[in-house]
Amino acid sequence: MIALFAGGASRRSLALLAALLAFLAIVPVFANDYLITVAIIIFYLAYTGQAWNIMMGFAGQLSLGNALYAGLGAYVTAVLFTRYGIAPWIGLLAAMPIAAGCGAIIGFLAFRFGVAGVYFAILTIAFAEFARIGFDHFDFVKASAGLFLPVSQYTHNDLWRLRGDPTMFYYVMLAATAVAFLLSRLLLRSRIGYFWLAIREDEQAARASGIDTFRYKMYAVTIAAAMTSFGGVFYAFFYNNLYPEQVFNISRSIEMILGPVIGGIGTLFGPILGAFVLNGLAETLNSALSAAGLDLPGAKEVFYGVCLLLVILTLPEGVWPPLARRLGIGPDQP
Amino acid sequence: MTALLSLADVSKRFRGLVAVDGVSFAVPRGEIFAVIGPNGAGKTTLFNMIAGAMTPDAGTIAFAGEPIAGLAPDAVCRRGIARTFQLVRPFLALSVEDNVIVGALLHRRDVGAARQRAHELLRRFDLFDRRRQPASALTLPDRKRLEVVRALATEPKLLLLDEVVAGLRPTEVDRMVAVLRALNRESGLTIMMIEHVMRAVMALASRVLVLDHGTAIAEGTPEDVVRDPAVVQSYLGVEAV
Repeated sequence: MIALFAGGASRRSLALLAALLAFLAIVPVFANDYLITVAIIIFYLAYTGQAWNIMMGFAGQLSLGNALYAGLGAYVTAVLFTRYGIAPWIGLLAAMPIAAGCGAIIGFLAFRFGVAGVYFAILTIAFAEFARIGFDHFDFVKASAGLFLPVSQYTHNDLWRLRGDPTMFYYVMLAATAVAFLLSRLLLRSRIGYFWLAIREDEQAARASGIDTFRYKMYAVTIAAAMTSFGGVFYAFFYNNLYPEQVFNISRSIEMILGPVIGGIGTLFGPILGAFVLNGLAETLNSALSAAGLDLPGAKEVFYGVCLLLVILTLPEGVWPPLARRLGIGPDQP
Repeated sequence: MTALLSLADVSKRFRGLVAVDGVSFAVPRGEIFAVIGPNGAGKTTLFNMIAGAMTPDAGTIAFAGEPIAGLAPDAVCRRGIARTFQLVRPFLALSVEDNVIVGALLHRRDVGAARQRAHELLRRFDLFDRRRQPASALTLPDRKRLEVVRALATEPKLLLLDEVVAGLRPTEVDRMVAVLRALNRESGLTIMMIEHVMRAVMALASRVLVLDHGTAIAEGTPEDVVRDPAVVQSYLGVEAV
C-alpha cells in the first residue's frame, strides 16, 4: 500500500511532504477563524485545481467549465440534504456519477467529433453556461432565489452531515487535498498516466503507438468531473447558500485553474503550491488594505491578473519546477 | 502460407492528383521489403494507408489474412503494425525512457515490466545512457533512433520505417542497418522501409518496390532493380549513374 503511493519518491521529498502535512495538521491549534477560513479556501482551490490538472496537465485537454461539475456536486447533495435529509456523503454517491456523466457527454461530443484545443474549451464553457441559465429557472432547486442549507449553532461537529465549525471543514479539505494528491500521483505513474502524457504531447504519435486516444481522454474528463463534484459538495455545505449565478459562473472555473497555472501545469505539487501562493498573497494584500483603511473593490482580481502576468513572463513552467530544483528534488517528484 | 501484408490495387487520390495508383504487392513473413522512388512518388501515402492514417479510395489491404484498410491508426498498431514518422514525432517533454515505456505499455499492464523492456531496447540502439534526458534534448539522428525504438516497443509483427537513416552519417547508417538486420534474423520481424539511402536499401532489403508518380514501375531484388532501365531513368539516374 505504501509502495503503491510512495514508490519512486526520494527520501527528501517524502520528508518535506511529511513535515508540511504535520505543520498543516496542527495549524488549527494556534490559528484564528479568519486564518482557518483562508486556509479552507486555499485547500478547496488546491483540490479542484488538482482535478483540473488531471485533464489539462496530464491529458492536455483544456477545460474552462469545471464550475459545472462543482455546481452539480453542490446542488445534488444540497437538494438531497434539504429535501430528503440525505447526508452529503451518501449524496456524493449520486453527485459523482451525475457530474462524471455530464463530463462524459461533453467529452463524447468533443472527442467523437474532433472538437479540440480552444474549441473544446469553448464547449466546456458553453455547458457550464447552459447549467447556469438552466438552474436559474429550475424551481425544484429554488432557481435564482437561491438554495439555502439550514444553519444553526452546533454544539458539536457533525462530520457525517458536514455541519460544524471551520476547523472541521479545515480537516475535511486538508484530507481531500491530500487524497487528490495521492490519486494524481498514482494515476500519473500508472499505465493511464503514461498514455495521458503521450496524448498531451502528440496525439497522432500516441495513436500510432496503439493508444485509443478517445477512450483515455474520456477517462481524464470523467475522473476530473467526479473529483471536482466533491469540491462542490464542500462549497454547498461550507457556504450554505447556492445561487446558480455564482455557482456556475465562469469565474468559479477560472479560480480553479489559477492554482495549477501559477504552480505548474502537469506537475503534482504545482496546483497545491499555486493555490497557496496566489491566495496567501491575495489575503495578505486584503488585510493590508483593510488595515490601511482602504476599501478597494476589485483589488484582488487586479492582483490575480498581475500575479498571472508575472508568472507567465518570468516562470513559464510555473513556480514549482524551479522551486523543486532549489529544494534538491526533481520537479516530477511530489 | 499467405503473405503477412498484401495490397491489391490500392489507390488514393487527393483532389485531382493521383498519389497512389493501383499498387499491388505482398510482403511475406520475415522479409525486409523496401519501397523506393523519387520525392512525391506516393511512398509516404502508401505507408499512411497501411498504418491507418489514411483510408484508400480503392483496393484492399490485408494484414495476416484480415482486411485492415480503413481501421484507425491505434487499431492497426494493436494488430501488430508499428510505424515511424518521416518527420519524427517524439513526445518531446517526456524522457527518452518514458517515450519508449509508452510504446511498451501497449501489451503490458505493468509499468515496471514496460520499463525493463524499454531498457533492453534502448541498450540495443545505444540510447540507454541518454534515457533520462528529455526527448527534446536529443539530436536528430538520436530522435530517429528513438522513433524506431518506440515503434519496436509495441512488439509489432510488421515494422514500417519511413526514412529512418536519411540524415545519418555513414557509420550511423551502418550501425542502424546492423541492428535492424539482427532484429530481423533473431525474431523474424518483418520490416517494410521507405528509404532514399541506397546504402541501407542494398544492405538490408531482400526485395524492392519502385514507385514513380503513384504507380509501381519495378519490383525485384535490389540488384535487379537498380539495373532496370525504367528505374534508372526515373529515379536513380540522378545520383547513381
